[in-house]
Amino acid sequence: MSTQTTTRPSTGDGVDEAAPAVEVADLVKRYGRSTTPAVDGLSFAVRRGEVFGLLGPNGAGKTTTVGILTTRVRKTSGRATVAGIDVAGDPVGARAVLGVVPQRPNLDRSLDARGNLVWHAAYHGVPRAKRQALADELLERMGLLDKATTNPDELSGGQAQRLIIARGLMHAPQVLFLDEPSTGLDPQARLFVHDRVVELAASGVTVVLTTHDMDEAAKLADRVGIVDHGRLLALDSPSGLVAGLPGEATIDLVLTGADVATVQGRIKEVRGVAGVEDRSDELATQLRVRADGEAGAALAPVLGAVADAGATVSQVELGEPTLEDVFIDLTGRGLR
Amino acid sequence: MSAPTATRVGPGQGRAFLGVLGRDIAVTGKEFGTFISQVLMQPFFLLFVFGVVLGQLGYVTPGYAQLLLPGLLALNAFFVAVQATAIPLVIDFSYTKEIEDRLLAPLSTRLVAVEKIVFGASRGLFGSLVMIPVGYLVLGNVDWQLSGLPFSALLLVLGSLAGGAAGLVIGTLVSPRKINVVFALVITPLLFTGSTQFPFLQLENLRWFQVICALNPITYISEGLRGALTPSVPHLAWWVCLLALIAACGIFGAIGIQGFVRRALD
Repeated sequence: MSTQTTTRPSTGDGVDEAAPAVEVADLVKRYGRSTTPAVDGLSFAVRRGEVFGLLGPNGAGKTTTVGILTTRVRKTSGRATVAGIDVAGDPVGARAVLGVVPQRPNLDRSLDARGNLVWHAAYHGVPRAKRQALADELLERMGLLDKATTNPDELSGGQAQRLIIARGLMHAPQVLFLDEPSTGLDPQARLFVHDRVVELAASGVTVVLTTHDMDEAAKLADRVGIVDHGRLLALDSPSGLVAGLPGEATIDLVLTGADVATVQGRIKEVRGVAGVEDRSDELATQLRVRADGEAGAALAPVLGAVADAGATVSQVELGEPTLEDVFIDLTGRGLR
Repeated sequence: MSAPTATRVGPGQGRAFLGVLGRDIAVTGKEFGTFISQVLMQPFFLLFVFGVVLGQLGYVTPGYAQLLLPGLLALNAFFVAVQATAIPLVIDFSYTKEIEDRLLAPLSTRLVAVEKIVFGASRGLFGSLVMIPVGYLVLGNVDWQLSGLPFSALLLVLGSLAGGAAGLVIGTLVSPRKINVVFALVITPLLFTGSTQFPFLQLENLRWFQVICALNPITYISEGLRGALTPSVPHLAWWVCLLALIAACGIFGAIGIQGFVRRALD
């Protein structure tokens, strides 16, 4: 641990540099006697220095996947490596090169904020002389220097989350895993955490984050893997995923007064319409029309088709497709 | 980090082990006052009431306090260790998950469990040793055979380790909702069946009770200590005590470490 004065990742010092930061192949996890696997044949690879997002609804298998990669969950079959180290074969070696920011705060409440960082460094063999300075440096970066002697119980949710990120960085991991990093944070704290993730990526740390928030995934991740029921449904950059959808623009309509199927049929016949999705709920009949080219050009003929079907439009919204549309396209249901 | 292979990254497990143990010791140091009062209260009153009060009232013979003191050393070695290991683990695994950061240290999960035993044992050993000055203060004079001290130290170390291992078993098997019941149903009987307050061999007319006492590891610490320090009191042979304590360490250790790994990994 000779290069541990900063949080630079210690790539190259005895670690297989050609290996992907994270590699998962045919990974399966079945808990106890459960018949359906939580992770069901997942495969993906994360490049060094990349911010990789695992996007999926709650219960999709994201946390289990991160649990296996961080050596806390035992895989049923398949392969999982971090920085070229097999996490099942050499969990101790893997723990030295990865950092974890768990979904639930698990700060040590017998220690103050700085103590959490300093002792974490001790567990990881950071030389005693460097621990304090490193802790102060990270506290400052996370905007927590004035909270150094505060007990974790007295920190706000956002402060605790930042302290956990700082702790995860104390041993200069090559890969940092963030499990739902901004769930439960207020918008300001969320933004701060997002900025830190961007900063980390810029400094060369590979970041793997899970989220059920499509905006977060689109904003932070270089590439996003969409998972559901423990399977990988798609993997690309956020823009690549959206570009893969039929249509370049969306028109959302709220309707009254006609049968949805009839209206859908009429709209589909309009030139320039790539698809129509029924998004109705108990409260209202809603359709999302995907149009080639600009939404404005297709709007008039679409509204005409609705009128022809005998329905009345009460609300119109134009937009661009998002990762949520990708998810609905893949699974037929919303993320939340 | 200049090791040649991908698997040899980071510090040796020994340093990680010392780091985790260091944290536990530092935390104990910070709450030393609470720790010491917790450790001393019960044995102090036992010693005072049974050794001094009942002696002065003439209900117990004057030599009784000399019989009781080694038993209280044994009791503290085991109990303080059980509590130091079991209670934090029950809370950690069920609610706070505070132990997770240590489970993610570059240290095998089994060694984290061993650290818990060693730490519990070191608290137990300390709790036992502070009873010696307390004994001198309360009883005025303590009549020990000093040549027995080295073997006594060995017995106390083994007894503390057995206590730490038993604490690991309780801490990983018991849910927090049941911890009060377990302490009432396990700790209280252990307290009174450890041959702490009486010599084991003189129970021949209460055979069923003697059999129960034989199952309590504290019996072998108490009896071994009496053999070493106050040999005039009837006591079990030293090798019986030694073997029984080694066996207790082995059995509780194996079950406890297995339970710990099961709780730590999904």
